[in-house]
Amino acid sequence: MNVAKRTFDAVIVGAGGAGLRAALQLSEAGLKTAVLTKVFPTRSHTVAAQGGVAASLGNSTEDNWHWHMYDTVKGSDWLGDQDAIEFMCKKANEVVVELEHYGMPFDRTDNGKIYQRPFGGHSMNYGQAPVMRSCAAADRTGHAMLHALYQRNVRANTQFFVEWMALDLIRDADGDVLGVTALEMETGEISIFHAKATIFATGGSGRIYYSSTNAFINTGDGVGMAARAGIPLEDMEFWQFHPTGVAGAGVLITEGVRGEGGILRNASGERFMERYAPNLKDLASRDVVSRAMTTEINEGRGCGPDKDHVLLDITHLSPENIMKRLPGIREISIQFAGVDPIKAPIPVVPTCHYQMGGIPTNYKGQVVVPKDGNPNAPVSGFYAAGECACASVHGANRLGTNSLLDLLVFGKSAGETVVEDFQSGQLKLKPLPSDAADVSLARIARLEGQTNGESVHEVGLEMRRTMQKHAGVFRFDNLLKEGVQKIAEVAERAKHTEIKDKSKVWNTARVEALELDNLIEVARATMVSAEARKESRGAHVRDDAPDTAENPNGRDDANWLKHTLWYSEGNRLDYKPVNLKPLSDDVEPIALAKRTY
Amino acid sequence: MSKRTVQFKIYRYDPDRDEKPYMQDISVELEASDKKLLDALVRLKSVDDSLSFRRSCREGVCGSDAMNINGKNGLACLTDIDGLPQPIVLRPLPGLPVIRDLIVDMTQFFKQYHSIKPYLVNNDPAPERERLQTPEDREELNGLYECILCACCSTSCPSFWWNPDKFVGPAGLLAAYRFIADTRDQATNERLDNLEDPYRLFRCHTIMNCVDVCPKGLNPTRAIGKIKDAMVRRAV
Repeated sequence: MNVAKRTFDAVIVGAGGAGLRAALQLSEAGLKTAVLTKVFPTRSHTVAAQGGVAASLGNSTEDNWHWHMYDTVKGSDWLGDQDAIEFMCKKANEVVVELEHYGMPFDRTDNGKIYQRPFGGHSMNYGQAPVMRSCAAADRTGHAMLHALYQRNVRANTQFFVEWMALDLIRDADGDVLGVTALEMETGEISIFHAKATIFATGGSGRIYYSSTNAFINTGDGVGMAARAGIPLEDMEFWQFHPTGVAGAGVLITEGVRGEGGILRNASGERFMERYAPNLKDLASRDVVSRAMTTEINEGRGCGPDKDHVLLDITHLSPENIMKRLPGIREISIQFAGVDPIKAPIPVVPTCHYQMGGIPTNYKGQVVVPKDGNPNAPVSGFYAAGECACASVHGANRLGTNSLLDLLVFGKSAGETVVEDFQSGQLKLKPLPSDAADVSLARIARLEGQTNGESVHEVGLEMRRTMQKHAGVFRFDNLLKEGVQKIAEVAERAKHTEIKDKSKVWNTARVEALELDNLIEVARATMVSAEARKESRGAHVRDDAPDTAENPNGRDDANWLKHTLWYSEGNRLDYKPVNLKPLSDDVEPIALAKRTY
Repeated sequence: MSKRTVQFKIYRYDPDRDEKPYMQDISVELEASDKKLLDALVRLKSVDDSLSFRRSCREGVCGSDAMNINGKNGLACLTDIDGLPQPIVLRPLPGLPVIRDLIVDMTQFFKQYHSIKPYLVNNDPAPERERLQTPEDREELNGLYECILCACCSTSCPSFWWNPDKFVGPAGLLAAYRFIADTRDQATNERLDNLEDPYRLFRCHTIMNCVDVCPKGLNPTRAIGKIKDAMVRRAV
């Protein structure tokens, strides 16, 4: 097959919030930039974020970045790196105000400032009471943000390659990153994008689970590409289960519903969160709420004929307030749950939502790997931001509204670092290895020639069911051990999938087969990392690591206060220290403590 | 809802294989959990992997899976299967070139969107904090900013079918008014100049197909009327 070659200063893979924010930085600095995206930019999954973006603007209640940093470190169950967390919380006001200047239609307070609402795990004065920190555009914050970022890129003349799927990362013998190969979906042609800098902003991989709030496109493409190219994946055992996915449908209901006063109730109508989190109640951190809900259901207090969900109740809020602050949620409830939340509560269950782990980066957006004794040595030419990256600001559990903040801060930061490295002359266009496209061509050829294989649909279904059963909200040693074995078997089957559709034009069967390769890397990383971590921390909770005096909440800091690194080759694990030291002297390290809400 | 079989008639065309498009009669057995048309399409694709359509969020906010459903444009992910007359006839969005099956070439649609300069223009030096806007002024943007660019409206509009290169179409005009209505934007005059043309704005004949099909319940016709009002106000 003929492989065209295109050369750019920088190539960005992904046009969601992180990719678009990075692209702005590069386009406005005049770098020749290509943004590759599987879908038209405004169809990226940032569009589905609802409740808000965190920033300590203090528009309605007193607030400051120190409190935000404390909440984020505590939310991460101390697995987050405190330098990156300080950086993010300090930058929050700047990046949110920038978005407002770009035209983002935030809701407003009576005095004309950006409207802010309470959100889970966000507090004033180090955990004392809920704070209004989530900057919101009704319950469509992600949509408003993504469109504003796309629009600003239209103004900046950013060059997009729409409906192009990146296939593989190109590295040379030194391990430096030289770009990617990509498939143009309309023609089926493969191209090489040769660049001095490559930024991955490919989003999450929530489609490894059977029940997920994620879009079909969230197939971990960047994470899979990085893993196949020898980059380790960090902390992949930590997956956020959002408390309120619509039961049966998986569609997200924002935590902003509880921020506006919504209450979770069990079969007897009890506000059960009072028992699990006496202080913040329904606004406790997501992992805490999801476990409480699962416990209620497991102990027979679930709702409905099968007692398999709980209820999210906002019937006590005024219809005017619901129409004004939660109009999208009302639409979703009517569409996917068949209830009007003004009149009846919404059936909800914890649903896979967000990947805390990912491609290891530092706060500058540089991808970092262990090398010559340095656990965080930058990979020349390679950057990542957003959900595909692990900075690590979310650690073992992300706070709501910190994901939109993450993609803004680190999208911008990665862009700034590339511009600096470019302008200092540090980035060079290194010669392409002669086999740059061979891996991708072999994958395409394998699909072209495969006969008597299983369908992508069947193998993918087996992966999703296995993940759901073996690596869910609560984790059990025997299920994890079996899960490692089963995912290895599924990975083997994925090597022999067959597609019937051989057309060159817009072949979605081929795209789905290539996506499965990426998902499989993520599933393997998750299962192996989870099986190995013999403690409970944040979203990773094992029944054999219970709450004891020695290990509060089952967290074992003596042995497990460290980041996991998983290597695809050989299914190998390594670990690196958590950075407990902030970036500057403006703040003391936030000392380890038991996490309660 | 339990298992049931649903009949479809689907527009198929693969330029790599087919000389011309054809309508395929096909049925599929649905699981109890399959409620939306998109669920049925995904089910169909698990049987015949060559069936091609765009999809992503499956909750009506990304705008990928717009198509013509029993003669009316809509999003597959927001359309209940039960209640649709069978066979369910699926065609690509009308008026745009078909690439394959239910996938259309949206270049012209986005060209028109881009032509209205869909970004905020404010040449004052950026303040340190947010620009202020009253809640009432912000409310003016409701019903405008929520557009998902699915193209249901523009591809149901006869004026857009006839002049897709000259008439901005309802989606682009809704976006134009979204910026005109924004108290932070300073380019109203340029925006009106850009639309003062026999085709770009004035091909709208208030047929209101756009309003009828918008899956987000938006009203481009009203926005177009307000642009016309602004032009009149400016002229006097």
